Parts: sequence; C-alpha cells; structure tokens
Amino acid sequence: MHGNHEVFLSRIQMGLGFYYLILCILNWSAALMAWRSGIRPLFKLGGLTVSNLALWMLLGAWFLILAPIAMMGSPPELPEAVKHLINSLSGPVTLTVGSLAGMAFLFLFRNWWTKPAVAWVLLNLAMFGMGLAVTDANFFEIVGKPDNVPIVGLVFLLGFFTWVATYRAVINDDRRRQGLPPMEKVDDEKVLVWPDLVYTEMICMVAVTALMLVWALALPAPLEEPASSVKTPNPSKAPWYFLGLQEMLVYYDPWYAGVVLPSIVVFGLMAIPFLDFNKGGNGYYTIEERKFSYIVFQIGFFELWIVLIILGTFLRGPNWNFFGPFEYWDAHKVLAQNNVDLSQYFWGGLLERGMPKAPAGSSAGTEILYILWRESPGIILTLGYLLLLPPIMAVTVFRSFYAKMGLVRYMLMANLLLLMASLPLKMVLRWTVNLKYIISIPEYFLNF
Amino acid sequence: MFGSMLGLGYTCLAAAGGLWTLGLARFMFPNILTEPPSRFKVGFPSDFALGKVEEKFKAQFGVWIVNTEYNGQPEICAIRTVCTHLGCTPNWLEAEQKFKCPCHGSGFYKDGINFEGPAPRPLERYAISLADDGQLEVDKSKLFFEEMGQWVDPQSFYTG
Ligand code: FES
Repeated sequence: MHGNHEVFLSRIQMGLGFYYLILCILNWSAALMAWRSGIRPLFKLGGLTVSNLALWMLLGAWFLILAPIAMMGSPPELPEAVKHLINSLSGPVTLTVGSLAGMAFLFLFRNWWTKPAVAWVLLNLAMFGMGLAVTDANFFEIVGKPDNVPIVGLVFLLGFFTWVATYRAVINDDRRRQGLPPMEKVDDEKVLVWPDLVYTEMICMVAVTALMLVWALALPAPLEEPASSVKTPNPSKAPWYFLGLQEMLVYYDPWYAGVVLPSIVVFGLMAIPFLDFNKGGNGYYTIEERKFSYIVFQIGFFELWIVLIILGTFLRGPNWNFFGPFEYWDAHKVLAQNNVDLSQYFWGGLLERGMPKAPAGSSAGTEILYILWRESPGIILTLGYLLLLPPIMAVTVFRSFYAKMGLVRYMLMANLLLLMASLPLKMVLRWTVNLKYIISIPEYFLNF
Repeated sequence: MFGSMLGLGYTCLAAAGGLWTLGLARFMFPNILTEPPSRFKVGFPSDFALGKVEEKFKAQFGVWIVNTEYNGQPEICAIRTVCTHLGCTPNWLEAEQKFKCPCHGSGFYKDGINFEGPAPRPLERYAISLADDGQLEVDKSKLFFEEMGQWVDPQSFYTG
C-alpha cells in the first residue's frame, strides 16, 4: 500500500511542483502590483503591522519552498485522520446543508470577503488545499480525469465571477447609502462596436482557440469502451452540464425530473421579466435593492444546479452510490437505501392495515378508483401544496408582493417558487425518511 | 429578377435545402433489420439451480434467467435486463444479491422487485415455457408486469 503511494507521488511530483511554482509567481505578481499601486497595512500582529506587500511576498516564498520539495516527491499531504473525517462527514445531506450555510455566510458577510486582500487569501487557501488534496490517489483520480479537469476549472471560475459581481454590488450598495450613483453610471463612457468591441472579441476568439488547441493536445479527450446496448458503464454519467439533471432523476420519476421540471426551469426563466416589478438594479450590480431576486437566484442556480453538478461529478461513484472525496470507488460498497412510498407509510405504517386493492377481476374503472383511494394521501398533499399554499403565502409572507403583482402574476410566481422548492423538499424527504414517491401509480407510469 | 445573380443564388439555396430535407427524411428510415420478436431456447430446467441468476444470456438476448422464490414458491423466470426507471442496464451483484443500476442507483431484489433508488416498478418478465424437447423457451414478445398483477400468469414463470 505504502509502496503504491510512493509510485503515485512520483507520478505527480513534477506537475505538483510546477503548480506550487505558479502559485509563487501569482503571489509575487500580486506583491508587485501592491508595490506599484500603493502598499496598504492589512492587520497588526503583536505590534507588527503586516502590509499587503509583505503578506504576498511571504505567501510567494512559502510556495517557492514547497515547489522543490514537491518536485522531489515528498509534498505536504493531508493527514489520514483529516481525510477520514472529511469522508465520513461528506454525504448529500452535509453537502446541501453545508453549501446552504456557506451561501448564507457569503451573503451576510459579503462586505468582508469581497475585500480584495481577503479574497486573495481565500483563493490562496483554496489553491493550497487543492495542492494538499491531490496527493491522495483517490482524489487525484477523480479530479484529474480529463473529463473532470474543466469542471474543476469552472468551479474556480464560478468563484471568481461570484466575487466580481458581489464586489461591485457591495460598492454600489455603499454608494447608494451615501447618495451617490452606482459605479456603472459614473463610468458609462460609450465605446464603438467597430472597432472596439469587434477587436476585443476577435482577440478573445484567437486566445480561446489557442488555449483549446493546447488543451486538446495536452489532455486528450478520453475514449470509453465501445457502446453496447447490454452493458451500461458503471457509473454511467451524463455530460457534466447534465449531471444536475441526472441527480434530479434520483429523486423523481423521469417524466417529472427529465421533462416537466426542466421545462418549468426554461419557462420560469423566460417569465422572470414579466414577473419582476422591481426596477432596481437595471444596468448595474446591486444586492440590497434586489434581495428577494438575488436570494432566489442564488438558491436556484448555485444550490440546485452547481452543487448538484459537483455532487454528480465528483461524489457519485459506481452504482450511483455516494463516495467521499478521498474514498476509493468500490463497486461493492453497500448502502442500505430501502425506499418506501408515502402510501405504504400511510396504509401500512400509520393505519396498520393492507393497501387498498381492487378485488380481482373488477373493471378498469373500479381499479382506477381503488388506485386513487390508495394514493389519496399523496394526492391531497400535492394538491394542497400547489393550490392551498399560494393563497396562504399571499396573505402572510408575500403580502406586499401580492399587492404589487396582482393575482395572475402572483400565482405564477408562487407556483414557480413552489415547484422549484419541490426538488430540495423531495431530496430531504428521501434522505431523512427514505421516501420514494409521494404519489405512486406504477400501473399507469405516474409517480411523483 | 429571375436570371439575376441573386435569383440564381436563391435557387441554389432552395435546391440545397430541398436535398437536405430529403436526406433528413431518409435518415428516419435507418438500414436495420427488424427482426421478429425472438423466441429462443435457454437450456433444460435442471441447468438452473435454485437461487442462481444466470447471466449468460444477458449480452445476446437481454435477459436474466433466475431461479428463485417468488411469493413463497420457487419459479424459474426470464427477467428483462432493462431498468424500469430510465432504461439503463442494471448489473447483477452476486455478493450483494441484488440488481443494481449504474445510472441512478436503483436496486432490485433477486426476484426483480424494486426496493431502493428511484425505479418505480419491478423489473419486467418475459414469457417462459417448456418446449417439446424439454428445454425452456423464452418468448420476448410477451411481457409481464408485477404491478399489474401479471406475475401470477403461468406463462410468466416455470415451476418444475
Ligand atoms: S435508469 Fe436505472 S436507476 Fe435510472
């Protein structure tokens, strides 16, 4: 086992060394920029004032020391105990709750973490954590798959763009409090499409093409075994951008998770301009003026799309079981996942009697009536959720919304929100009480 | 207008579009042999020991021959190798004694009943019967759904 590990390390040592070298160069470039554009004190450490210049220099030096150590094949690693802890803590529940908590944190403390110095330190931490984690063979295997490398890049890119948007929103919100116009108004110098925009686009095009070429040569696209209708690869994964969809399919019947929900997403997004009555934030970044839209969007996009993609890409292994980031993908991992329908819970568990069943030989009509009777708890629950909740919300939490939007627009928004919430709700029900379907009519391929 | 360069261009465009549409229409009728639903022999009933899942017909015919107890009575049945969730091909895990689908993690007991993951229905059975020469014969043109109460149909299993 240990010998294997040494072999593995020797395989990645050069790459990792260069990785640390790049981190060093990045930090020293930041130091250079700090030196050019004004050195600022960041914090005090026992009477000693640490400036940004000093901190970036130090960080760079730290990575410079790590680089040759990594190149010689003994990079810093995460202790086994920490890996075990992370593995045992990670699961769909922790991931979802954790990312929600993280989002709440980012939202509440946006004034703090958008400060460039703080964000830079956070980025350094993330990159260093990545460097530590790839020394684990299991982690490297998943993250380093040619399929998955772009997704790792996208995660960092997403972090960057989230930072840019939040940073500018924080500045604008600050300016608004002081009675100043948003940054975008101050700096609204017009540029020409030709040549300014077209040239920029062309340069970007050339640069991206060059990057793609290098990438394609350095990291060839993986080929899988020849397709066969009788053998499905294990795990069988959709392209990364569909992995959120595939994850949804774990919780819902195909017609709902694969057809209805995605259509609702598309039409719901198209409906937003008609539902939105808030004029704030037109043409500039802001969070304070659009809190509701901001939070709903972040939950829908970040929580229900990005997090599901990450889960599907990195944490779903053979048999679609959940695996911790440092866990070996064992095809024989056994997880007990006995799932039970709501009607089984209701008739069997609560009333302690058998499920209603049409007597043998009865007509199709009677059978349907019996099925409806059997599934009545789920049907009532679903109807109540979609029909009763909106009016209740209209007179409670969404009172002012209702007044501003009118009946039709309000109902549309409320139902879109409820349908969006149906996904996380179902996920939580699956994890906590092993619920399979709320309405389960396998006889007519109708499950919800 | 006609005879001008522009007219010529549009004519070519229309012709190309027409050909393309025809090509597309041709695409709807692929060059395949549509074989009639097959009947095939799988061997003598004694070849299938109780409690065993025979996998050797999976690749060619898409069927598992299973000899197991269903509702307390041992029967040999032909289970279709298609997940009832979204149609992937599950794997038989001997150690865990279950069928497990690699796509969204549905699990089925040896008799085909779904118990974990999103699959809403048990796996489906093909008709199975004893041929004149004493071999078992699977008929893929008939399907039996457990949730419709069709597994009590004597065509859906063979008891020795
Ligand atoms: S196709 Fe088998 S679990 Fe979805």
